[in-house]
Amino acid sequence: MTLDEFVKAFAAEFDDTPEETFKPETHYRELDEWGSLVALSIISMVDDEMDKRVTGADLRNCTTIEELYNLVESK
Amino acid sequence: MNNPFSLEGKTLLVTGSSSNIGRKIAIRCAEMGAKIIVVARDEERMKATVADLAGNGHQYYAVDLSNAESIANLAEVLPVLDGVVLCAARFDSTPVKNIKRELVQDMFNTNTFANFDLIQKLLKKKKINKGGSIVFISSVASMRPYKGNSLYSATKGAINSFSKVLATELGSQRIRVNCVHPGIVPRDGGVREGALTVEQQREEMAKFPLGMGETDDIAYASVYLLSDVSKWVTGIDLIVDGGQSLI
Ligand SMILES: NC(=O)c1ccc[n+]([C@@H]2O[C@H](COP(=O)([O-])OP(=O)(O)OC[C@H]3O[C@@H](n4cnc5c(N)ncnc54)[C@H](OP(=O)(O)O)[C@@H]3O)[C@@H](O)[C@H]2O)c1
Repeated sequence: MTLDEFVKAFAAEFDDTPEETFKPETHYRELDEWGSLVALSIISMVDDEMDKRVTGADLRNCTTIEELYNLVESK
Repeated sequence: MNNPFSLEGKTLLVTGSSSNIGRKIAIRCAEMGAKIIVVARDEERMKATVADLAGNGHQYYAVDLSNAESIANLAEVLPVLDGVVLCAARFDSTPVKNIKRELVQDMFNTNTFANFDLIQKLLKKKKINKGGSIVFISSVASMRPYKGNSLYSATKGAINSFSKVLATELGSQRIRVNCVHPGIVPRDGGVREGALTVEQQREEMAKFPLGMGETDDIAYASVYLLSDVSKWVTGIDLIVDGGQSLI
């Protein structure tokens, strides 16, 4: 999965935040909609689409979507 | 001194006893004098459990309980039992909108259908002694909603309903059927990193009225339900959660 595709897939897990908000450099934990349920959705999206496991700690340790992408890719 | 909680002379099957809660149940029951049959998939971890059991005559069987054929084979080879603890299960925290049919199937196969199947076969083959005790390890999550737990909660909710009907059907044989509902307990050997960080999990557990529990709390509740002290107890929901479900 490319970084662009990852950003799209990441955005698709949100219901209220407009898609244009999501860029590789977006600080996702600062989004109003960010919370435990979206975090669970991201974990299951990464599992389904990339067959990789991220944890709650990974999501807390990264700041931007790109950082998370790089972390997932390195797994 | 006479110990009313003694399990001396009883043979007990404990599924999911290769780790954590199931393993601790096996250990405490063996201390009370029971012969334990350990069932799970991982042979090395089952051997480790057996090595930690007091007394002798314990056995283990490597069985994938999500597979119906394996369950039938297990029921065939098992001896007559005085107690069954159904503890094997898998957890999942997928939000409803991300659930897939295969996940639904696998969750129910492992957590629910395996238990229905095993009990049906044991009863049909008359492998549960009169006066015996069946203990389902359900969960507080079957009674309280937590985001992401839909499938896990549903698999356990089905167990709760099933166990009540079973209790009415087996009363005449004085076989008792009860559920234990653990709250979140730290795993032996540390908290597992999952959707919540270790730190977040500890913060959650610290909020319980009685703070953090341990696998022994669940194990001793099971000892109570397996021993003859609870001979007039059937169809109950024994919540062991430090008050988690109150908040
Ligand atoms: N820990 C908690 O905080 C908590 C809270 C509420 C309820 N519970 C319930 O308590 C029980 C034990 O939980 P735990 O935390 O001890 O879980 P665990 O450490 O994940 O252990 C699960 C056990 O089930 C076995 N198992 C899983 N799938 C199996 C399969 N397909 N066939 C055969 N065995 C299988 C595993 O053995 P193998 O991997 O070797 O097969 C393992 O022994 C579960 O029913 C759980 O739902 C736990």
